[in-house]
Amino acid sequence: MKILMLGWEFPPYISGGLGTACYGLTKGMSQIGAQVLFVLPRPAGGQGGSRIQILSPSDLQAINAASADIPADMPNVTIKAVDALLQPYTGQAQHARHLADLQAIHQAGQPAGGHQPADFVDLPPSAVHYHGDLLKEVRRYAQLVANLAGEHSFDIIHAHDWMTYPAGIALARATQKPLVVHIHSTEFDRSGKHVNQAVYDIERQGMHAADHVIAVSHLTKSICTARYGIPADKIEVVYNAILNGYQPLNGQRVTIAKGEKIVLFLGRITMQKGPEYFLAAAKKVLGVMENVKFIMAGSGDMTRRSIELAAAMGIGHKVLFPGFLRGQDVEKVYRMADLYVMPSVSEPFGIAPLEAMSNDVPVIISKQSGVSELLTHVLSVDFWDIDEMANKIVAVLRHPPLQATLRQHGSFEVRKLSWQDSAQQCIRVYQSVLSARPNSPAEPLANPA
Amino acid sequence: MASVCFYFQVHQPYRLRRYTIFDSDADYFDEYHNKQIIHKVAEKCYLPANKLILDLIRKYEGRFKVAYSCTGVLIEQLEQYAPEVMSTFYALADTGSVEFLAETYYHSLAFLHSRKEFAEQVSLHCDLIEHHFKQRPSVFRNTELIYNNDLAAFVAQMGYRGILVEGADHILGYRSPNFLYHPPGNPNTTLLLKNYRLSDDIAFRFSQRSWAEWPLTSEKFADWVHQVNGNGYTVNLFMDYETFGEHQWADTGIFTFLEHLPERIFDHPDDDFKTPSELVQTHQPSGELDVPYMISWADTERDLSAWLGNAMQSNALYELYRLEQQVKDSHDDDILRDWRKLQTSDHFYYMCTKYFADGDVHKYFNPYESPYDSYINFMNVLDNLRARLR
Repeated sequence: MKILMLGWEFPPYISGGLGTACYGLTKGMSQIGAQVLFVLPRPAGGQGGSRIQILSPSDLQAINAASADIPADMPNVTIKAVDALLQPYTGQAQHARHLADLQAIHQAGQPAGGHQPADFVDLPPSAVHYHGDLLKEVRRYAQLVANLAGEHSFDIIHAHDWMTYPAGIALARATQKPLVVHIHSTEFDRSGKHVNQAVYDIERQGMHAADHVIAVSHLTKSICTARYGIPADKIEVVYNAILNGYQPLNGQRVTIAKGEKIVLFLGRITMQKGPEYFLAAAKKVLGVMENVKFIMAGSGDMTRRSIELAAAMGIGHKVLFPGFLRGQDVEKVYRMADLYVMPSVSEPFGIAPLEAMSNDVPVIISKQSGVSELLTHVLSVDFWDIDEMANKIVAVLRHPPLQATLRQHGSFEVRKLSWQDSAQQCIRVYQSVLSARPNSPAEPLANPA
Repeated sequence: MASVCFYFQVHQPYRLRRYTIFDSDADYFDEYHNKQIIHKVAEKCYLPANKLILDLIRKYEGRFKVAYSCTGVLIEQLEQYAPEVMSTFYALADTGSVEFLAETYYHSLAFLHSRKEFAEQVSLHCDLIEHHFKQRPSVFRNTELIYNNDLAAFVAQMGYRGILVEGADHILGYRSPNFLYHPPGNPNTTLLLKNYRLSDDIAFRFSQRSWAEWPLTSEKFADWVHQVNGNGYTVNLFMDYETFGEHQWADTGIFTFLEHLPERIFDHPDDDFKTPSELVQTHQPSGELDVPYMISWADTERDLSAWLGNAMQSNALYELYRLEQQVKDSHDDDILRDWRKLQTSDHFYYMCTKYFADGDVHKYFNPYESPYDSYINFMNVLDNLRARLR
């Protein structure tokens, strides 16, 4: 079976969990013998090249050389990059810079690629929260992808998150191949009550146009049924996982000061991730314990407000903001942490706790997260219950046996999760979708593992 | 001849209320839920089962008999929340066909941590039983049938003539639980071994439709008991009392099964019912049983791992018993009672991480979402108790 996947980020160009999830799922697919053609927007600022670039696994390895922990042993995967700027969380200024880079590349005499306007790609004209150009880029990506129709053969289209849905719809119409959309998050998770109508419309259109919907949790599935009007039997829940053989660090634990405990927040500092609940709990913890520091690693539109909030609460000296961390810095910060807290207000899944657990860090997760459906050897709290969050933070810091038990069972639990299992569940979805179509019987896997 | 020896464990702990690091009062227990659970179990199990057993004793004019072990914490809660259940137990005690066993008042794991505390709790319990039921126990059962040679020696020295023991395969080997045994070096103490197969047929498999023997009828069961003849003289059926009406709901037919069982047992003229102390009086132990390490009746492991299986459990128990001297030196009865109520084994059972993911018997009336929550809550309460000692 050959799958054409549409994504918007892939390591090392990632801004969050989506790239990690796409990478893991693709690798799982490859390991069970499925052929994947992964199409993603090529990040601007790279070396110039043709408009559509085919990267071989060795090229991918070259890209990945910077982050040595990502292997490129994916024999059944082809990566295709098209020029579009799908980076929803960059600021306006950064986006303009990328756009200028792209234009420079195009003006340097690249072939136009012969793409006609795809009039069936129906996009709203503008968006407020996402810089206007992003929606243009989404449309351009859709056109570029639609042009791939004749160039490659595949059985099914699998589109990851809203920015790829117009592309998925266009390609599905052009090729008559079935479309599966994968919901890693919804506009309601990202924006709370201030939903961007344009983005919502694209999500809704994608889910309705799809032959089947994959949601990363039952929490997300329930949003799809309640807010997007998708029948429950059209949605399959496939949980994310963590890469097999993920090597936890064996090195010495690092501390800031002797006897000082460290509580870690790691993720985008945005409304969705609940930074203010983390700070409120920190304030309570510091009321009963002295020797604790709180690290808020990440960046986002609430970074500044969080710094100000910490100062206003009088705990500024106890909260550190190291900014967005990558690669080894992430490992280092895990090595420092006594506890990882994910206080998300709304988290469709939440891969970061799995990473923390495989780094032997005990975790507290919000009950409003998809991953809480899956994990048992964690502490879970309602994100709004800051008393309970503080209560649990203090308990973990004070009682080494609690830490030890969470670590011991948690690392077993997380090792049981495998991307191959998630990939297998996706394959079952494809097979049922394909067999529902009279003219395209499902092919068996080329070489099942 | 074969005797059936029924013993029912009757126990409910004082469950803790949600207690965070920010709480500072000395009200540790969840009165609302404890009361609710006592009412529920009284209605579904204690009242109908006591009535049925009383009827059977009267009907068979004393030939049907049973033994109970009611913990101190249960009796306290019954007096407070369901005194009508206490009066049915009084009626049972008055028949002369019901034996009450000795155990630790607080259904505790004290033997593992403090022999002094253990002895005090056992004697408190015996006083309580004598006060309510006008009989002083002569046979002992430890919390969850936790047992080894040391316990036998210690309990024998306290004057008990019989002790209840789990008839685990890895202890008995080729031997049968249907005989009586004695601990090494002490032929005067009698060990009564639980026939776990026949006990579990009632306690666990009764309503299991996938079981080959389902549905279990009184006749079939009485035949199984009768088959023991020639290879033993007693079938010790030890189980939680909540088996009747709570673990096995009334609509499974469990009460009907019990109602007809005596009749079917008496169909075999040689078979009868005996209480533990009658067995001790009737038979000489048939052999020595050496149990050098701790066993219990819990889970498939039959060991201590349900209460001491992870670091949280051993830490909580260690920290709790570390306070013993300070608690006793304080001469504060409230502190002593609270400390003892915290010893009830259920608190540590809730912290068990075995099978946590599967959802099973460990979840029975478990007030916590996870073993971690239970440890955190317990340690917060213990913190407060410690503060009261300063």
